[in-house]
Amino acid sequence: MKAERVGLALAVLAAVLWIIPFVWMLVAALRGSVSGQLDLASLWPDGPYNVANYIEAWQSGHFPLWYLNTALLCAGILAVQTITVSLAGYAFARLNFRGRGTLFVLFLLQLLLPPAVLVVPNLLMITQLGLFDTLPGIAAPYCASAFGVFLMRQTFRSIPRDFEEAARIDGASRLQVIRHLLIPLARPGLAAFAVVSVTSHWNEFLWPLMAVSSPAHQVLTVGLASFTLSSESGGDWGVIAAGTALVAAPLLVVFVIFQRRFTASLVSTGLK
Amino acid sequence: MLCVTLSLRPSPGLRTGVLALALLAPSLVLLSMFTYWPVIGVTLRSLVEQRFGQEPSWGFGNFARLEADPHFSKAVGNTVLYALGTILPSIALALGFALALRTQTRLVAVLRTILLMPQLIPLVAAAALFVFIFLPGGGLLDYYLAKLGRPATNWLGSPDLALGAIIAITIWKNTGYYMLFFLAGLAGIPADYTEAALIDGAGLFTRLRRITIPLLGPTFGFVTVIALVNTLVQIDHVIVMTGGGPSDSTNMILYYIYQQAEQNLDAGLASAATVVCVGGLLAISVLALRSLERGIHYES
Repeated sequence: MKAERVGLALAVLAAVLWIIPFVWMLVAALRGSVSGQLDLASLWPDGPYNVANYIEAWQSGHFPLWYLNTALLCAGILAVQTITVSLAGYAFARLNFRGRGTLFVLFLLQLLLPPAVLVVPNLLMITQLGLFDTLPGIAAPYCASAFGVFLMRQTFRSIPRDFEEAARIDGASRLQVIRHLLIPLARPGLAAFAVVSVTSHWNEFLWPLMAVSSPAHQVLTVGLASFTLSSESGGDWGVIAAGTALVAAPLLVVFVIFQRRFTASLVSTGLK
Repeated sequence: MLCVTLSLRPSPGLRTGVLALALLAPSLVLLSMFTYWPVIGVTLRSLVEQRFGQEPSWGFGNFARLEADPHFSKAVGNTVLYALGTILPSIALALGFALALRTQTRLVAVLRTILLMPQLIPLVAAAALFVFIFLPGGGLLDYYLAKLGRPATNWLGSPDLALGAIIAITIWKNTGYYMLFFLAGLAGIPADYTEAALIDGAGLFTRLRRITIPLLGPTFGFVTVIALVNTLVQIDHVIVMTGGGPSDSTNMILYYIYQQAEQNLDAGLASAATVVCVGGLLAISVLALRSLERGIHYES
């Protein structure tokens, strides 16, 4: 059909436009020293190529530290969240208790009040807890996740009750049922949640910027921002491109490899 | 504890209630510390007036100062412009992309991946790339515009253009994500409807206007809510690219809060502005709770 061809052609055009910043990032990061400043913007991959920009970015930033902090942060948040959202998701999915509806709405409130908005009071809170300028301090506001609870509730609901009742009749306790039956069966839901959780915390900037003051506890995004601001004045665009690639690459590579699962997770989820 | 409860044999309802509370407790404690109490605490804090050399007192002084601050009114105005400027084009584009990329071919998969890639990188990284794109003279945009004979433009340095540049990044970054919801929404529309309309001779735009768009109602609602929340909470690019300037032209509510808290150390103003922002988000949520709930449903 004609309309569909036109639509597809427009989408191709849009995709070309959309990918340009990435193309520039890769080309500029790999381009060796250029004589003319103007050529910096050229998207045409004309050599000579070398990894000098990557080496300079790696050496002038603290990438090993930033990677480590970011990985620890994402893993820590996810570990605690897995427990909190599984327990609460189970309660909302399976137990009939008074005030369930009200509590659920209270939980959903967090979806609309993301920690970024509450930076001022949350800063006060982590300072009072003695967690200012620590990784646990960055992680704390994210350890409960309304979104995760919602997702796990949906997941648990999709598991037939019969399984659980059979296990209960065989003498398993509720906690045993959760651990040995429900969590293994809920793995797809947890995987989807993990994708969204890690993606959003890997990319988070404002809160880690405010919750931390010493360079030793900076994460990738905060490091990249300071790195960009300092290299910008020197006009080291190739180095900035290389630094940006280092920050963006891990998730992008995983995304391109597991594209289908990523997409399904992002859709099945909605809010981060 | 548990043994005691069991041996006393309380009603099953009570036991379920206790169990539910135990399972919800970890989340509830954390939510109380980092969502509920902060909202209450910041509201209380916003009502405390701190004057130099005097005891703090209760009152609406911070809100009066906030209202009188031209930077804040500018930030509110910018946030509204930014919301309109990002949400309408993003949603229109996302719907267009979804309609064009409904099929399951290899090319379509590649195109979807490309459109979704910006969503996977940090906004700070996107900002770092776009700083160069918008660089006057030698930047990517001017370099290619120069080939068309356009003179260099100071995109980020001009009060008339800077907000537009910030809007452009946001559209680039979020549209692919919104497209996913439209794809999910389109998949939920039975093929019979469109086929029947086709047999009746309905053209493309008639089908869109009469069938597709009305049936995507909940998706529109849901995506609008996410997009609205995003416009209020995503300001990383403002921090990296413009610092709210030039002359406040890219200042936003959350950026203003950040400035008051981090740079001016004015807890009163920061708290009052947070209360305004939280109020805005709650208003959005009340208006949209229904579409939100419906929206989340059909994803599963």
